[in-house]
Amino acid sequence: MAVIRDVMPAFELLQPNSAAEAQKLLEQHGEDAWVMAGGLDSFDWLKDRIKKPKVLVDLSGVEELKGIRTTSDGVEIGAMTTLTEVANHPVIQRDYSVLGEAVGLVASPQIRNQGTLGGNVSQDTRCWYYRGGWPCYRAGGNICYADTPVGRNREHAIFGADRCVAVHPSDSAPALIALDAKFVIQSPKGERVVDAEDYFVGPELDITRLNILRPGDLLIAIRIPATWAGAKFYFEKVRDRNVWDFPLMNVASAMKLSGGTIGDIRIAVSAVAPKPMRLKVVEDAVRGKPANAETGKMAGELAVRGAVPLQFNAYKIPLMRNLVKRAIDGAQSSQHAETGSASQLQDRVVPEAAWS
Amino acid sequence: MAEQESKKPANETPLPFGSGYKLIGRNYATPDMIAKVTGTSRYAEDFRAEGMLFCRLALSQMPHGRIKSIDASKALAMPGVKAVFTANDIPEQADFLDDNGRTIKASKWGERALTNEPLYEGEPILAVAAVDELTCAEAIEKIKVDMEPLPFVIDPLDSLRPGGPNPRADGNVWERPKPPAPSAPVLTELKWTKEDFAEYDQGRLPMGEAPDTWKYGDLDAGFKNAALVLDESFLTPDVSHQCLEPRTAMAYWQNGKLYLHTGTQSTFQTVPAIARWMNMDPDKIVFISEYTGGGFGSKITGGVTMIIPALLSRKLNAPVMMRISREEEHFIGRARPSVLGRMKVGFAKDGRITALDMFTVTNAGSYDASGDGGSAARIVSLLYQPPAMRWRGVTVMTNTLPRSAQSAPGGMQGIAIMEPVLSKAARALGLDQVALRSVNCPEGKAEYGAPNASGKRAYSTSCFMRLALERGAEQFKWQERIAQPKRAGTKVRGVGVSLSCYVGGTIGFDGLLVITPEGRVRFHSGIGNLGTESVIDVHRAGAEVLGVPWEICDVVWGDTSRIMPFTCVSGGSQTTHAMTRAAYAVATEARQKLKEVASKALGGKPEEYEVADGRVFPKGGGAGLTFSQVAQKAIALGGIYDGHDAPTDVNKRTKSAVAALAGQGLVVAAKDKHPRDGDTYSFVASFAEVEVDVETGKYDLTDFLAYGDVGTVLHPAALGGQMLGRSTLGIAHAIGQKWVMDPEYGFTLAKRFYQNKPPTILDVPVDMQWAALNIPDPETPVGARGVGEPPVGGGCAAVLNALSDALGDEIFERCPVNADTILTSLEAGRPMQHPFMGSI
Repeated sequence: MAVIRDVMPAFELLQPNSAAEAQKLLEQHGEDAWVMAGGLDSFDWLKDRIKKPKVLVDLSGVEELKGIRTTSDGVEIGAMTTLTEVANHPVIQRDYSVLGEAVGLVASPQIRNQGTLGGNVSQDTRCWYYRGGWPCYRAGGNICYADTPVGRNREHAIFGADRCVAVHPSDSAPALIALDAKFVIQSPKGERVVDAEDYFVGPELDITRLNILRPGDLLIAIRIPATWAGAKFYFEKVRDRNVWDFPLMNVASAMKLSGGTIGDIRIAVSAVAPKPMRLKVVEDAVRGKPANAETGKMAGELAVRGAVPLQFNAYKIPLMRNLVKRAIDGAQSSQHAETGSASQLQDRVVPEAAWS
Repeated sequence: MAEQESKKPANETPLPFGSGYKLIGRNYATPDMIAKVTGTSRYAEDFRAEGMLFCRLALSQMPHGRIKSIDASKALAMPGVKAVFTANDIPEQADFLDDNGRTIKASKWGERALTNEPLYEGEPILAVAAVDELTCAEAIEKIKVDMEPLPFVIDPLDSLRPGGPNPRADGNVWERPKPPAPSAPVLTELKWTKEDFAEYDQGRLPMGEAPDTWKYGDLDAGFKNAALVLDESFLTPDVSHQCLEPRTAMAYWQNGKLYLHTGTQSTFQTVPAIARWMNMDPDKIVFISEYTGGGFGSKITGGVTMIIPALLSRKLNAPVMMRISREEEHFIGRARPSVLGRMKVGFAKDGRITALDMFTVTNAGSYDASGDGGSAARIVSLLYQPPAMRWRGVTVMTNTLPRSAQSAPGGMQGIAIMEPVLSKAARALGLDQVALRSVNCPEGKAEYGAPNASGKRAYSTSCFMRLALERGAEQFKWQERIAQPKRAGTKVRGVGVSLSCYVGGTIGFDGLLVITPEGRVRFHSGIGNLGTESVIDVHRAGAEVLGVPWEICDVVWGDTSRIMPFTCVSGGSQTTHAMTRAAYAVATEARQKLKEVASKALGGKPEEYEVADGRVFPKGGGAGLTFSQVAQKAIALGGIYDGHDAPTDVNKRTKSAVAALAGQGLVVAAKDKHPRDGDTYSFVASFAEVEVDVETGKYDLTDFLAYGDVGTVLHPAALGGQMLGRSTLGIAHAIGQKWVMDPEYGFTLAKRFYQNKPPTILDVPVDMQWAALNIPDPETPVGARGVGEPPVGGGCAAVLNALSDALGDEIFERCPVNADTILTSLEAGRPMQHPFMGSI
């Protein structure tokens, strides 16, 4: 069979107006249905004709899944809330800035305007073999093309590999783990709420998906408890380009300090393993210690213990060590989202007088 | 002559832009500007025609294979499917005549629009036409292609190893036959010995037999007398052109004529390419390309696939649109060849180069020999003026994407390979980086390359590189910057400088204008509208010579039915130089014709008249003629005045153009015959500052300046666009634009923008700067030279040099340089990415 990409296949487009209706459609169509949020991940798959669902359930018309609400215990973010809205929301900026910062560094302004928080945490991996349609383990085959002596794996995993060495690409996921967020899932059997880190699935459990959603399931909201509101946060994303890039790695932490001593902490990284990694060993080791360079160094070294580099990604070990160190000692101030440069860019417009 | 002339530049004083001119050197709104800015400009994909069909391509899923059979029966049975084309439906390429009337034989290794033996993954093997694209796609998926896999190779060194695979049955290396044999390269087989490869594991480029070589000077003496000898290997990346407009094409036929729309760099010169690929009469082709979304050398005369909709349209008797997707554009959109380079360079204590021994291995991809290795050597020879130099080069065919020229082909690679050696030498000798480049940089009529048969070496028309370097260093505050502390916390700052140059012009083309009965001056432009604005800008020089306000001038372009003169291809940064000369020639001739018509109408001799302000009148005053009156008189006179006769010395296609305009007014054509002593090059001094975070390996380019010696500045805004845009293209090679390929399967992994990572606007400094000397080139009447390509190499190398200034010499031996390169090498204390492993 000859191959062609970049032509979206025909499918039945269903556009529910409510979460209940969406739920019903998903239940009705089961494995034939594809759930689409902002479409950034979905359209790639569809246009490449690698995924050809019979039915596409487009959630863009479900208003009840959009928006940020303050609750008695923090905030609840609808799964269809855009990343831009999350990044700009005053309560997020004030109390949960680690999340605002993380989503502010996702991809590009255009993508953040269209992409949603639910989509960002539920997106598929960007392993270039898998996305290119190669019949790898994750695609139902019996080989990992990235994990061969000459496989190209610069952006792949140093932890958690199990046949597949792809990494989770989300920027928001580690921030949500650091905030101890809860993911609200609506399913045929009713609603359930899971901890952020339990939303994600490694290849050892199921190699074909990155999260626990089953056919018929719908992620409807993400709740952030007030537990970590106003804590000392750290987020850093390292990428090749200054905009429109997945992370080579990112780190997020939330720390409660008392007189310079770490009272409690949650820390997570992504693009390191097939799922975002909460670093519990590090959390346990630094609790009660001063938030300084020495603790940071110890934390960094502890974090990378057991890392297994591939041919082209050994740099991820010092990178993770240093990012975890920074997340503890905060020596490197966090980045600013590139939107901050927009005003600078305006200066580049040639003054009218120059066109005389 | 070279010695004598080299003293001249020091006395030159640059002038403010536009000095002494009314139009040249001044900004203006180009006639295409509003359409481009508001999005109303129409590119090939924007056209629709009654009954238009669509076609889509199926690409090879093997890096090398032979099609045994294609079963399209199920596809053809689908409703809406109109045709399935394979290589068997594509005409054989014809021999053709070049601009000089020489017959060029069609190459047996030449690329065709579709193939039965794909030489790279992604090569088009068939095309389906249908009522819409979805039907095309569904039909393609119903076609059974039985293909036999053949041996393939993607790494040129693998192919050169003893017993290494060949990319096709008849060889792996391009060799240029020795004169007097025909100059087209031929494919031969070359394998190096095991002994040749002994240095590979030490990270030094093996140097086996090289088919191409030249040298001059006493190399041995140069190395013997050197205070420092460095021997460095370096790899430059394969980089795809990634034009924003893919090579979409739309075609239809009317009354036996082919009408073809696609983006091109060279409107006039694309017609013969279509004729050659279609094997048809060029007079039966109307080519439309008013706007082109980038070319950078990949669309010099369009692309061979543009004939697919033309052929389908002829067969189906309906217009056919072939849209090219981003992924398809990656495969068929061309790329710059990677070059593996090794430089052995001797330096005197003052930094002066004493000898240079250069070796290159060029990955030429699957079709056509690349000239990038030889070009790299010529540019290095010109830019660094080694008194003794040898170049040896191997150009290897591989089963990777077809290459083509990309902005500063070879020059970019040569500069990127050479500049880090200079930086290392300056550190070793304790010399300032600018000072070391100053003692080596070319000046005046600077010689370069190998001596010709009579022992003479070619030289530049003029060069004020040293002045540009000095001015640039001053503007960049080089001395202040190098005095500042480098390290602040985890951030390390570095500054870099690079010399840069490339070809800046050709000669001998034609200009064509009409002074109309309405009193307007209409310039006919055969230049492509590829984004540089030369399509319009060069005619400002014509208007300047004619002494008319720009407001009464019109430029027609972008459609060959609007009539065009013999025009250069817009490649090799030649257009501004070549076509300002043609504009100068035709405007000068127009002045003469105006006087002749006036003398015939009003009496006296032509030389007793003068031309100014849209009139021709007797010297010293008196009644004259307006341009409008001259045009009417010219029509009455006929013959040479209104285009019924053409000048004898213009190109035959210009003569046809003149005939087509006959009777429209005063029709003037002229050939550029202005003498030129030397070869035209433009020069740029590039400066960069980087800030590296040594804990993450991430770095930012914090400042950049390109200072040009590009002749007279014709259009400052357009020049600035080129200086900064093309610098950014070079910067891309340093900071991350790349390929990723799996060598086991010969497949491309990075095919989309987010994977190939061309730089974004946020990856370059917000206040990136440019400047230009504005010293006229003495060998061209307008003084202007081309500028598209000269800044590219400097963009890349200035960043590389800034990185090594920040981090030392033990970090990279290849580019791009990214966080992974920096972190692993910092950890290990030596370069950790093998210099010869590309596309990771």
